[in-house]
Amino acid sequence: MNELNPSGWRPAMGTAPITREIETFTGNRALQLEEALLFEIGSSDRSGVDFDVVADFDLSALGPNVRKTAPNLPGLSEPETVRHYTRLSRQNYAIDLGVFPLGSCTMKHNPRLDEKVARMPGFADVHPLQPVQTVQGALSAINELAVWLIKLTGMHGVAMTPKAGAHGELCGLLCIRAALEAKGDPREVILVPESAHGTNPATAAFAGYRVENIPATADGRVDVTALTARLGPDVAGVMITNPNTCGLFERDLKVIADAVHAVGGYVYCDGANFNAIVGRVRPGDLGVDAMHINLHKTFSTPHGGGGPGSGPVVLSEALSPFGPLPFTARQVDGSIKLIEEEDADLEHPQAFGRMCAFHGQMGMYTRALAYILSHGADGLRQVSGDAVLNANYVLRSLDDVLEAPFGPAGHCMHEALFSDDGFADGFSTLDLAKGLIDEGYHPMTVYFPLVVHGAMLVEPTETESKAGLDQFIGAMRSLAERAKAGDELLKSAPHLAPRRRLDETLAARKPKLVYKHA
Amino acid sequence: MRYLPLTATDRSAMLSVIGAGSIDELFADVPEHARLTAPIAGLPNHASEMAVERHMAQLSANNITAGSVPFFLGAGAYRHHIPATVDHMIQRGEFLTAYTPYQPEIAQGTLQVLFEFQTQVARLFGTDIANASLYDGSTACWEAIAMAARITRRNKAIISGGLHPHYVETSRTMAKFTDDVLDISVPELLPDPDDANLIAKIDGETSCVVVQYPDVLGRIPDLAAIAAAAQAKGALLITVVTEPVALGLLESPGSLGADIVVGEGQALGVGLQFGGPYLGLFGCREKFVRQIPGRLCGETVDADGKRGFVLTLSTREQHIRREKATSNICTNSGLCALAFSVHMTLLGGTGLANMAKLSHHRARQTAERLANVQGVTVINRHYFNEFAVTVPKDARQVVRDLADRQILGGVSMGRLYPHVDALSGGLLIATTECTTEDDIAALAAALEEVLA
Repeated sequence: MNELNPSGWRPAMGTAPITREIETFTGNRALQLEEALLFEIGSSDRSGVDFDVVADFDLSALGPNVRKTAPNLPGLSEPETVRHYTRLSRQNYAIDLGVFPLGSCTMKHNPRLDEKVARMPGFADVHPLQPVQTVQGALSAINELAVWLIKLTGMHGVAMTPKAGAHGELCGLLCIRAALEAKGDPREVILVPESAHGTNPATAAFAGYRVENIPATADGRVDVTALTARLGPDVAGVMITNPNTCGLFERDLKVIADAVHAVGGYVYCDGANFNAIVGRVRPGDLGVDAMHINLHKTFSTPHGGGGPGSGPVVLSEALSPFGPLPFTARQVDGSIKLIEEEDADLEHPQAFGRMCAFHGQMGMYTRALAYILSHGADGLRQVSGDAVLNANYVLRSLDDVLEAPFGPAGHCMHEALFSDDGFADGFSTLDLAKGLIDEGYHPMTVYFPLVVHGAMLVEPTETESKAGLDQFIGAMRSLAERAKAGDELLKSAPHLAPRRRLDETLAARKPKLVYKHA
Repeated sequence: MRYLPLTATDRSAMLSVIGAGSIDELFADVPEHARLTAPIAGLPNHASEMAVERHMAQLSANNITAGSVPFFLGAGAYRHHIPATVDHMIQRGEFLTAYTPYQPEIAQGTLQVLFEFQTQVARLFGTDIANASLYDGSTACWEAIAMAARITRRNKAIISGGLHPHYVETSRTMAKFTDDVLDISVPELLPDPDDANLIAKIDGETSCVVVQYPDVLGRIPDLAAIAAAAQAKGALLITVVTEPVALGLLESPGSLGADIVVGEGQALGVGLQFGGPYLGLFGCREKFVRQIPGRLCGETVDADGKRGFVLTLSTREQHIRREKATSNICTNSGLCALAFSVHMTLLGGTGLANMAKLSHHRARQTAERLANVQGVTVINRHYFNEFAVTVPKDARQVVRDLADRQILGGVSMGRLYPHVDALSGGLLIATTECTTEDDIAALAAALEEVLA
């Protein structure tokens, strides 16, 4: 027992050693807070919003389908709501917390100016069907971005409306299909390299094409000989990612494009990795006919826990006439015209149709435009330069402890690829990835691309400092040594996250997709 | 450059580790003819935060914003009041700057939100289950049509004339490239939707009937009758909800027999945003779970037996199935789903009903007032917060004339159906709880002037 403390100051702190696992009544661990489900804490008669009460409310204009009771949706007061979501937010890793080296996803800093700009009332509080005369500023913003995208890619036109990368892929393929059909030469086959992202074959199939895979060479690039050998009058086009999913530049893209064009096909470039070359290479100079640009990658609109994205598609002169509605065009008098179905017959008669309601992802356009204007032509060139520099620095700082299958062949682009060669028996890429979580990092992309065993694709991006990368590299080296030495603790990692490894088999076997009372 | 942390000293130290002389050298794989050696000509260089903000503010100022004038536009995008808490929560960096929750141990925040979102959508729609969102209502509508074809192994979809024309156009575009056949019609300016005609079209080859509820004119179709007729022929009823607030006062489509319910979630939490990003909602019967497009979040346990959430049933998706996937969709609309969910949590069932009541009340007041304007005829027998009127001239011009008087007075049907002369006098008027009695008086007075 402590002695009486007459001075009023608190007694000396104890120094008892920890002798057992510490458990808490709440399940909380100090700042690591558990949070119940909304359905366990809310009720449908509680609300965080006040409304004027309507006296003499008359339901007769609603007809026979009027609800008898309010929907069974739990509500919370404002303080409870703020606490619920704040506590949940703290169970997430995010770019704002640290290095997020998720290869091919491009997790770079999201400038806060862009958030402020997107919320300006002239962009956020205008309706998509307002008379065109009342939204000239918003249409100008779309048009300015369109001009930048065309100039940065050396292309002829751009379809702005696709809502994400995969939607853009579809848009590009539909342009190709429309162009071929206009020539009376519908074709059946799209060639896709085996290293492609899964959306490529899924999109080609969705657009009604048969997908044929093209093998990769030992140096991680498309096998040009195999590809050109397969070309023929049935091939509508090829889908090639450049830089590719191994983080390498497809040196022969122009050669491929010339060969594809020679047989009447078109070249779709998956622009997921455009951030590696922006300001340094224009895909139009490489013979590309269509390429989507993930604004959420190259131009850093926030990923938001999985969307919304945005995937405008730049088009060559051959494909531009077929781009979907609507789009904006600057008139001789400087005003911006919105070409919709009404004017399409005269001004854009070969449009293949419409990808979505309204004009696409305005909130992403304004963010991307602010990002582009902030960087400018010189800054964007520095962006790709620093992204590639950071990736090569990671590659060369780790290739003595991790197998880098394409490392000996030369520099990488914006991402460094490693395999799990040399790990102890029973240890895999997943174990190293989960170990990174305990070190306070989000894991890299794992098991993709499929062409490398136990692939680890590290994309640091240009917004990481050297000091930040040095610490990350230190953690990776330590984990690589542990995986090679067979440290059993790694197999059960993470140990320090809000949750341990989750049972995905159980989730899939007995899907519980909505809350039901126990 | 304020977003780039590397200094010149850093860069040269890193280049020496790499063994390269310059950054340009790292691009040696790019063929020389395609390698740019200087910033692209004709484009401006970098700019300060202040300069960019000033430029964007100038563009922003060159618009009439919905909040600054009497405002009556709807037709698939609604301006409801969004509590300040919503934007505060979605700007938490842990939500804003996270990615798809592929590493569930450090993404339980996003995953629990998605699980709660799925439950909210399922309860609102009256469906067994819901997914973690799609791009928007129009693309969700097409995904539902494609899903119905997979389930029924039939390919003929009957599209109600009351479906939003952009949704029709989006679906028609996609159907051109698949085997699906769409039976499309345009609406007539009549007090009730033509449910009988729709029902008469259903036959043994029909995969699905697509019905908007309330429809594009704001009318309220008899879903129960259409559901029974469709199911009797082995077809599915797809219901499209473009104004989810309506379900605060109307029976849910699922409870009336809809098999798949899709919708646009923009009205809650997301805002107008000139058309995007919006939020595709997707709910259906549990037995269709393995045919659903898009991401699904499911409950499970971790190695210690604690409850947790993961993305699940990914064997439907493109990164596993490649060309055999149920859909090519990769991204969902995560942050918009969060905004929707926070707004719905703040409202609760009773709050949603109150919001719906006020929105409907303003529509009644507007309809009653406009019925007294010379030349204006209110079309609808029933409506929630949007209804059609006819005016005795081209409504496109009327809308432009109203805008000249600083009133955003609705959506002309000519804008939506430019090639249908019979609809050129139609005008869609929508209200929400944001509409004031002064706004209604201003609209009526201006219409009297414009039509005089």
